Amino acid sequence: MANNNNNGDVKLIGAWPSPFVMRPRIALNIKSVEYEFLQEQFGSKSDLLLKSNPVHKKIPVLLHNDKPICESNIIVEYIDEVWSAGPSILPSDAHDRAVARFWAAYVDEKWFPNVRGAAAASSEEAKNAAVDQLKEGMALLEGAYVEISKGKDFFGGEKIGFIDIAFGSMLAWLRALQVMLGGVKLLDEEKTPGLCKWAAKFSADPAVKDVLPETEKIIEFAKLLVAKIKAAAASS
Amino acid sequence: MADVKLLGTWPSPFSYRVILALKLKGIDYEYIEQDLSNKSPLLLQSNPVYKKIPVLIHGGNPISESMTILQYIDESWPETHPLLPADPYGRAVARFWIKFAEEKLSSASMIFRTSGEEQGKAVRETVEVMEILEEHAFGSLKEKGFFGGEKVNMVDLAYGVMGRWFDAIEECSGVKVIDPLKFPLFCGWAERFNEAPVIRDNLPGRKELVDFYKRRREMMLAAAAAASN
Repeated sequence: MANNNNNGDVKLIGAWPSPFVMRPRIALNIKSVEYEFLQEQFGSKSDLLLKSNPVHKKIPVLLHNDKPICESNIIVEYIDEVWSAGPSILPSDAHDRAVARFWAAYVDEKWFPNVRGAAAASSEEAKNAAVDQLKEGMALLEGAYVEISKGKDFFGGEKIGFIDIAFGSMLAWLRALQVMLGGVKLLDEEKTPGLCKWAAKFSADPAVKDVLPETEKIIEFAKLLVAKIKAAAASS
Repeated sequence: MADVKLLGTWPSPFSYRVILALKLKGIDYEYIEQDLSNKSPLLLQSNPVYKKIPVLIHGGNPISESMTILQYIDESWPETHPLLPADPYGRAVARFWIKFAEEKLSSASMIFRTSGEEQGKAVRETVEVMEILEEHAFGSLKEKGFFGGEKVNMVDLAYGVMGRWFDAIEECSGVKVIDPLKFPLFCGWAERFNEAPVIRDNLPGRKELVDFYKRRREMMLAAAAAASN
């Protein structure tokens, strides 16, 4: 492995479709840190993954000089702190940092479960309930975007920051979901105009564009995943 | 220094995480007890997304979610009693265990809210969580230590609720979850935590906690019984 400019040995265990894995990939790109991307096979977990994340057995895991760091937003904070010479990802003001952590957690705890809920719903009713929740979430996030960006392109201001990465990593899945649900509008020019503009800028950013998969690829992958979730539910 | 207010409820363990952090740092604050059955305009304005306590208001700026508040406190008052390690890897590990606490400790509250089979399920889930913690988290602590080494840090505060509060929950629910023979490392740490400087003078009284959870449990079981009739 090349010296990587004294960055040490950097590996990322993950998989291309996972939005959680996209987060550290974007962060490493922002910091211009080269890394080895170790992709897991769909449906099985490597020994390295099980050894590196014995508690959750989940991706992503960052291995920095063989030390494992788990949980996507925690990995992003680690990357920001270790490679502090590069463009900063978290804001410098303590209150702004608290706001950033709040919204990143909101995406994971409140918003994302409804993505899974809508995609893998077994009834029309359940699907509609999940979609309603997602739309409410989008309205909240639109409000947060307007307030936090203060007229700039990103939640992080002139450049991508912590909330941008946390929510932006969801965009491929968000777009795929809109198609899979027959044209439901989550990014809506009328209701979420700010987020529509933000989504286009985020997706085009150099640190992001090779990481965010095409919508069609996610739709293909989603079919496999939904089948797996439904099979697991049927057998439990 | 700008003023500090804490919106909380007694004896919420989430409120107490913030109280203990403020006390460890020696920060003066105004505590404003909230009535969650009749939420104040200040609470609704300060935490419009979740409408929950605790909320810290510093110089008019609100911060919510107890562990986010603790990170904010640590970053705003860095000079005394650091609550996270200085090195990025240590911090990443600390944040991992904090997140684990936030995600996995809720099954414990189900123990006092339920009975019968539902309670059995909550107990089993809590024991599973404890097994992971005993092996992976408390297993890494030195004999006399805390997650913060010789002093209590944010991870200790995240789990600190499990000592005094669990004890009260077990007593009022009539179930023993934390067997000292099965979880010796956790139990040793919990004793040290309860006796640690500043912590020991700022925990709620055991009798008051037990009485509180007894009353809550009676109310919840009565409501559940009425709902199913």
